[in-house]
Amino acid sequence: MFTQLLAQHFVHTALWSGAVVAVVAGVIGVFVVTRGMSFAVHAISELGFTGAAGALVLGIDPVLGMLGGSLLLGLVLGLLSLRGRERDSAIGAVLAFGLGVGILLLSLYQGYATEATNLLFGSIVGVSDAQLRNLAIVAAIVLAGVAVLYRPLLFTSVDPEIAAARGVPLRALSVGIFLLLALTTAEAIQVVGVLLVLTLVITPAAAAQRLTGRPALALVLSVAIALVSTEGGILLSLEKPWPTSFFISAISFAAYLAARVLAATRERQKRLTPSAPRRVWAVR
Amino acid sequence: MSVAAADRLSLRFGDRVLWEDLSFELERGELLAVLGPNGTGKTSLLRILLGLLEPSGGSVRIDGCPPRERCGRIGYVPQQRIFDRDLALRGRDLVRLGLDGHRWGFGRLDGEGRSRIEAALAEVGAGDYADAPVGRLSGGEQQRLRVAQAIVADPVLLLADEPLLSLDLAHQRAVVELLDARRRAAGTPVVFVTHDVNPVLHSVDRVLYLAPGRWAIGTPDEVMTSETLSRLYGTDVDVLDVRGRIVVVGTPDDQHVHHVGEHAH
Repeated sequence: MFTQLLAQHFVHTALWSGAVVAVVAGVIGVFVVTRGMSFAVHAISELGFTGAAGALVLGIDPVLGMLGGSLLLGLVLGLLSLRGRERDSAIGAVLAFGLGVGILLLSLYQGYATEATNLLFGSIVGVSDAQLRNLAIVAAIVLAGVAVLYRPLLFTSVDPEIAAARGVPLRALSVGIFLLLALTTAEAIQVVGVLLVLTLVITPAAAAQRLTGRPALALVLSVAIALVSTEGGILLSLEKPWPTSFFISAISFAAYLAARVLAATRERQKRLTPSAPRRVWAVR
Repeated sequence: MSVAAADRLSLRFGDRVLWEDLSFELERGELLAVLGPNGTGKTSLLRILLGLLEPSGGSVRIDGCPPRERCGRIGYVPQQRIFDRDLALRGRDLVRLGLDGHRWGFGRLDGEGRSRIEAALAEVGAGDYADAPVGRLSGGEQQRLRVAQAIVADPVLLLADEPLLSLDLAHQRAVVELLDARRRAAGTPVVFVTHDVNPVLHSVDRVLYLAPGRWAIGTPDEVMTSETLSRLYGTDVDVLDVRGRIVVVGTPDDQHVHHVGEHAH
């Protein structure tokens, strides 16, 4: 059964789509975690849902509506470049209203309810060749964006004040990262659904940050964990007919827990050997 | 020629005049402390020098051109802001941002860049913990790294905004000594914003005192006197020397003294 399924074309497409999404989500996740934007990710994916529901009502491709919804919110949040508590409450207010509109739109939609369920919970096995190509194009745009913005993005994520003092344009970068995040979210929704975008954009990056202090290595680890989660999740769902999204979220969560345990153990070792307190870091 | 010059600067927010006709020059190797109560535009002055804020009037030149053009590099040491414990960034990565963090792309560090970073780490004595994640370091260690980050690009001017806040006395002294050593060795002038003159008292050449609507500049002996501060505040202010520390009593924002009076009955 498992090997038979593995030979199927739709399974290959699913595995490739999962890989493409894992790479972008893993990369963007590192910046999202560093800048404390987890809640924004959730809001942007919910607004993607609203956009998709609107597209369904209008009879156009829901992926376009999703891109529209998440890009719009990404742009607004980027321009506002709010910080801390103010940002959280603003996002919460917009998120709640957006979701309300989404529910209204869905109730207006006369078609099949599966479309909506797919958006919420993901439908990786339903990805077509054309969709995979679009996923790859958007992923290439996001990766190119990160490559160009990398250093100033890291600078403003870590130390916005000093970056501004060096002439780094804070607002432009804020808009940039939010737009890249919106594109990434729209990608991830197609694999794990609106409700589980965080499992690819936050969890792998959060685990990676526990494991290393090197920015470049954190990027690599985050991508690796996201890849193992999606590919592993897709393969497991071939073996057992549970939702793919569940397996993906389970694997990435397991990686997160493992990273925490590992980091805590390392920390304890460091405390127990006061004679060489810095050695633990030097090994890495 | 002076490294930095402020010419008849004024700053107003709406009707509120923070200062007018503020002029001073900074020579090579000079350490200027900017003192004064909250809300007198100390940080705004730094922002003007950094080119992030336009003054309401007057002009600033740094290395001969307006700050916005950034022809002379400025090193900036901000108030201590603790990093997240989980931040994936080592001490040397933080220092590197001061060198090329404003450039586009990933960028590869060449040999010269690497040796600059090593030199800056050595200069602040942070070599031992350069490979540790910054979020796991103490406040004092983090602040040393920020000084390294400020000097790594060999700036023409160093600006520090309350860099001693929430540091213990030993680390306060260490940070002051680092900036002091830098300006003596490399001739980089330092503008040091602080609410307490005492940690820098023995290093400063001149003090710029900003009071609401008025200012004075001069050596500590000239400015930190009952006479000058009484004139600035327009009320009786006493400057006392208590065991080598300067204590200012009677300024309108002197909450501490006020409270003592209230609780006395």
